[in-house]
Amino acid sequence: MQVVASEPQKSKSGTPMQALLDIQEIVKDFGGVRAVNHCSFSVSPQTITGLIGPNGAGKTTLFNLISGFYKPDEGKVYFKGEEITALPPHKIFHKGICRTFQIPREHKSMTVLENLMLVPPGQLGERLWNPWFRPRRVRHQEGEIRDKALGILEFVGFIHLKDEYAGNLSGGQKKLLELARTMMADPEMILLDEPGAGVNPTLMRQLTQYITQLCHEHGVTFLLIEHDMNLVMNLCNPVVVMSEGRVLMEGRPEQVRSDDRVLEAYLGGQYR
Amino acid sequence: MDSRMWLKALFIAIPLAILAARFIPLTRMWRLLLGIFAGIAVAVFLVWLLPPGIMAYLVSFAIMASIFAVLSLGLNVHWGSSGLINFGIAAFFAVGAYTAALFSTAMPTGILALYSQQAFGLQMPFLVGILAAAVVSGVIALLVGIPTLRLREDYLAIATIGIAEIIRLIFQNERWLANGPQPLQGIPQPLHCLVQSPSCDWLPASLQMILSPLTPRDYPYIYLAIVVLFVVIIYLVMERAIRSPWGRVLRAIREEETSTAMSGKDVFAFKMQAFIVGSMIMGIGGGLYAHYMVSIDYTQFTPLYGTFIIWVMLVLGGTGNNKGAILGAFAIWGVWAGTAFLTDWLQPVLAAISPSLPSRSPYLRYLLIAVLLELILLFRPQGLLGEEKQVSQFIEK
Amino acid sequence: MDRPNDPSKRTPRESMELDPSGGGSPETLVLVEGVQRAQRRFDRRVVALLKNPIVLTLALLGLIALLWWAAQTNWAAVQRLPALIVWGVMLGSIIALGSIGLSLAYGVLRFANFCHGDLMTVGAYAAFALLALLRQSTPLAPFSFGWGFLVALLLAMPITGLVAIGIDRVIYRPLRARHGSLVILEMASLGAAFFVRSLIYIVWGADFYFYYLGRERPAMQLPLGIRVQAYQFFILGLTLVLIVCVYLLLEKTKMGKAMRATADNLELSKVSGINTEQVVSWTWMISGALAGAAGVLLGLSAQLRPAMGWELLLPMFAAVILGSIGNPYGALVGGLIIGIVEQTSTAFINPAYASGVAFFIMIVVLLVRPQGIFGKAGG
Repeated sequence: MQVVASEPQKSKSGTPMQALLDIQEIVKDFGGVRAVNHCSFSVSPQTITGLIGPNGAGKTTLFNLISGFYKPDEGKVYFKGEEITALPPHKIFHKGICRTFQIPREHKSMTVLENLMLVPPGQLGERLWNPWFRPRRVRHQEGEIRDKALGILEFVGFIHLKDEYAGNLSGGQKKLLELARTMMADPEMILLDEPGAGVNPTLMRQLTQYITQLCHEHGVTFLLIEHDMNLVMNLCNPVVVMSEGRVLMEGRPEQVRSDDRVLEAYLGGQYR
Repeated sequence: MDSRMWLKALFIAIPLAILAARFIPLTRMWRLLLGIFAGIAVAVFLVWLLPPGIMAYLVSFAIMASIFAVLSLGLNVHWGSSGLINFGIAAFFAVGAYTAALFSTAMPTGILALYSQQAFGLQMPFLVGILAAAVVSGVIALLVGIPTLRLREDYLAIATIGIAEIIRLIFQNERWLANGPQPLQGIPQPLHCLVQSPSCDWLPASLQMILSPLTPRDYPYIYLAIVVLFVVIIYLVMERAIRSPWGRVLRAIREEETSTAMSGKDVFAFKMQAFIVGSMIMGIGGGLYAHYMVSIDYTQFTPLYGTFIIWVMLVLGGTGNNKGAILGAFAIWGVWAGTAFLTDWLQPVLAAISPSLPSRSPYLRYLLIAVLLELILLFRPQGLLGEEKQVSQFIEK
Repeated sequence: MDRPNDPSKRTPRESMELDPSGGGSPETLVLVEGVQRAQRRFDRRVVALLKNPIVLTLALLGLIALLWWAAQTNWAAVQRLPALIVWGVMLGSIIALGSIGLSLAYGVLRFANFCHGDLMTVGAYAAFALLALLRQSTPLAPFSFGWGFLVALLLAMPITGLVAIGIDRVIYRPLRARHGSLVILEMASLGAAFFVRSLIYIVWGADFYFYYLGRERPAMQLPLGIRVQAYQFFILGLTLVLIVCVYLLLEKTKMGKAMRATADNLELSKVSGINTEQVVSWTWMISGALAGAAGVLLGLSAQLRPAMGWELLLPMFAAVILGSIGNPYGALVGGLIIGIVEQTSTAFINPAYASGVAFFIMIVVLLVRPQGIFGKAGG
C-alpha cells in the first residue's frame, strides 16, 4: 500500500523537479477566442528565459494565468513541483513568484520609498491590532524594511527619488521601480512583461545589468516577455517562441534566430 | 462670575486644551502645560464675555459638529484611505443610533407601552450601547461587503445607496422594532446625574459639592466634553492605523489594486477590514447622536443629512487626512448653520419674489451645499488640507 | 489521447484518491482529502451552473413561482397576482426606459450616473410646467389627457436631454479633461442629483402634483380580474415606440455605431477618428430624453413629487446590473423583471419594501453572476 501511495509522488517530482516553473497544457478562452491553446513549457532554475512571439500570441495572457489574475480553462501550472493553478495572485506571490506589468502599475500618490516598503511579506503592522498593541515590534520591523528599501533604491540608483511621488516618474523610471519593487520580496522567480518598452538606451543598459546580476549573484530566475530582439538575444537563454496561443519552439537564442518557423510566425502575424 | 460659570468654563476648556496641546509648536511637555492653561484661559474668557444664549448655541453647534466629525473620520477610512465609495453613510449612522438607543433605553411599560413599542430595551450603560452600535454597524458592513467588495468600486456605491434606503424603510415601517414611524424617545443622557440636584451617588461628596451649582440646562457642556473625547480617541486610533503598514496597504489598494494583489496582499480581506472599521466608527457616531438628541426617528437619516453632507465635509477638509476630516466637519456644519441665518435674513427678498418661496428656504441650504461640493471638486479637489506626502510614519525615530 | 477519463492520463493525486484499498492511516487521510476535494468540486459545479444565463433566468422564474406558492396560504393575494403582473409590466416599462439611458451613459462614459433619477424628475416637472402653459385641451378618448399632454411629453424629452448635456458641460467635462478618477465623477453626479432636486423643491415645493385633476375614467375589465387603466396601455405603447427608436438609432445610424464603438473601446475609438465629445453629447441627449419620458410616465401613473426619480434610482441600478451594466438591451429586460417582481411582491409583503425587493435581487445577482444576464464571463 505504501508503494502505491509513494510511487506517483516520485513520478510527479521526477521530471518537474529540475524545472522551477512547469506549465502543462494550459488553455484559456475569451468568449470563443482561444487566447492560449494547450501551451506547455518549463523554466529551469537560475535562467533568464525569454518569451517572444508576435502580437496576440498569448504571452501576456499566459503571464496573467501564471500569476493568478485569470483562471485557466484547462491545464496546470507547477512551481517547484507544487501545483499553483488558479491560486489568487496574493497566494502566488507567497509561493515566491513576482511579476511586473506591461504598463507599469505604480501606486501613484505614494512616494517611491512607500511603494517599495509596501511589498515585503509577513509585515506585523499589516495586522490591524499590532500597531496599537505591539507598536515597538512594528516600529522595529518598519525600520528594517526601510533600510532594505533604501539599499535597493541605492542599487538601482533611485536614492535621490525616494521621496518623489511614484506618479511623477518617467515611463522608464517606472519600469525600473517595478523591478525594484519585486526585489523587495526576495522572490525565487520574477516575471517581467516587456521590461524594455519605453525605456531609453542608458536606462536599458542599467536594467539589463541588474537582471543579469540578480540572476547570477542572487540566483533569481527570470521569465520575460520582450519585443526588443537585441535585448532578448543578449540577455535570454533559452528563448521560448509562442504563436497563436501555443509554443512554437524553444531553444538557444541563435537557434531561434535562424529558425524558419519563427520568421514565418512573425511575418504571418503581420500580414494576417 | 459665579461658580456655575466657572464649571461651564471648565468643560469648555477640555476641548480647547486638547486642541492647543496638539498644535502649539513646542516640546511635548510645554505643549501640554501651555495647552491646559491656554485652554482654561480662553474658556473662561469665552464664558465670561459671551452672553449665555450665544454660548449655549456655540456648545450645541460644537456637539453636532463633533458628531459629524466622527462620521467624517469613518468616511475617511472608507474613501480617504481605501478608495471605497460609501454612498450609504446614513445606513450605519441610523443603525448606530437605533442600536445605542435600544441598548440604553428601558422597555416602555404601563400606559406608555400603548403608544411606544420597541423590540427590547436593555438599560445598559452608555458605553455598552456605543460598543453595541459599533458592533452591529460592523456586522452590516460585513454583509454588504461580501457581495460587493470583490467587484468594481461602483458596485459598492450602488449597494450602499440601497442599504441606506432599506434601513430607513425598516425603521420607518417596523413598529415593533423601534416604534416605527413614531420617534423613539427617552434615550438616556450619559452622566446626566452630574447636573441633577442629588448628584450621582458614586461621586465623592466633595465633587458633588463642587458640581452642585450646575443645573440640567447645563448638560450640553458635559456632553460636549464626552463627544470631544470620542473624537480625540478615534482620531488618535485611526492616525496610528493609517500611518502603519496596514494603512499603507489600504492606500496601495486605493491607488492600484492589481499590483497590490501581486505584492502578496489579500485585497479583499484588507478592503473588508477597512469597510468594517470605517462603518464601526460611523456606528459610534450614530450612537453619540442618539444620546444627544434623546429622541430619534427615521426622518433624521435621509440621504442628504445622513450621507451627502458628510461627503462634502470630508472632501472639503481633505480626503485622506484625518485632521482635514475634523476640520471639514466643523467648517461645513458652520456653513450649514450659517445658511440658516442667511435664509432667515433673505426671507423678505424671497417673499418679494414669490409668496410661497420663504417656506421653501430650507431647500436653498441644500442647494448651496450641493454647489459647494461641485466647486470643491472642480477647483480644489484635494480639499483644504490634502493628504500628506509621506503618510507612512511608523518608524523608530 | 485527450480523453479525460483515460486512466493513464490521471494526475498522481487523482489515482491516489481513487485507490479503493484503504486501511492504513496515510490512505485514510488521502481518502478524506479526496472526499473534501470532491465536495469542493461539487460546490464549484453548482456555482458554475448558476452562472449559466438560462439557469439564472429559470432561478428567477422559480423565485416568482416561490412567491406564488407562498400565496397558497393567502387566496386573496393569489387572485391579485395576474393584475399585479400586468401592472408590473407597466412599472417595468418605466424602469426600463430609465435604465436604458443609465446603462448607455455607463457604457460610453464608464461611470454610474447617480443623477439619473433626478433627471427623470426634471422631465416630469418640465412636462408639468409646459402643460400649464399650453391651453387645456379636450381629453382624447379613451385617455383622460389631451393633445396638450402629448406635446408637453414630446418637448420634455429634449429639455431633459439638454439639462443632461448642460450638467455634463459644466461639471463632468472639466473633470474628464483633468483625467480625474471616475469615482470623482460619480461623486460629482451625486452632487448634481442633490442640486437638481433642491432646485425642484425651491420652484415647486414639496407638495404632490397631478397632470390632470379629477376622476380617472373607469378601468377596463380584462379576464382574470385584471383592471387596467387606459393610460397604462399608453405607457406600454410609448415604451415600445421609444425602444424601437433607440434600437434604430444604435444599430442603423452612424452616431449610434460610434456610440457603441466608444462603449466598446474608448481609446480605440479616439484613435479611429470618432469625435468622442460629440458622442458624449449625443449619449447625454438620448439618455436624458429617455429619462425625461420615463419621468413623465411615472408622473402620469402616480403623482409628481421632487423625490420621485431618486426613489426609482435603486430599482434602475438593479435593472442595469441584472441586464449587464453598459448593455442597453439588457437594461430593458432587467427593468421588466424588476418591475414585475416588485409589483408581485406587494401581494405578500409590505408594499413599502418594493425597492427592498429590487435591492435583494441586485445582491443575489452580484453574488451569483456579477456580470449580469447578458455579460461575458471571465476577464
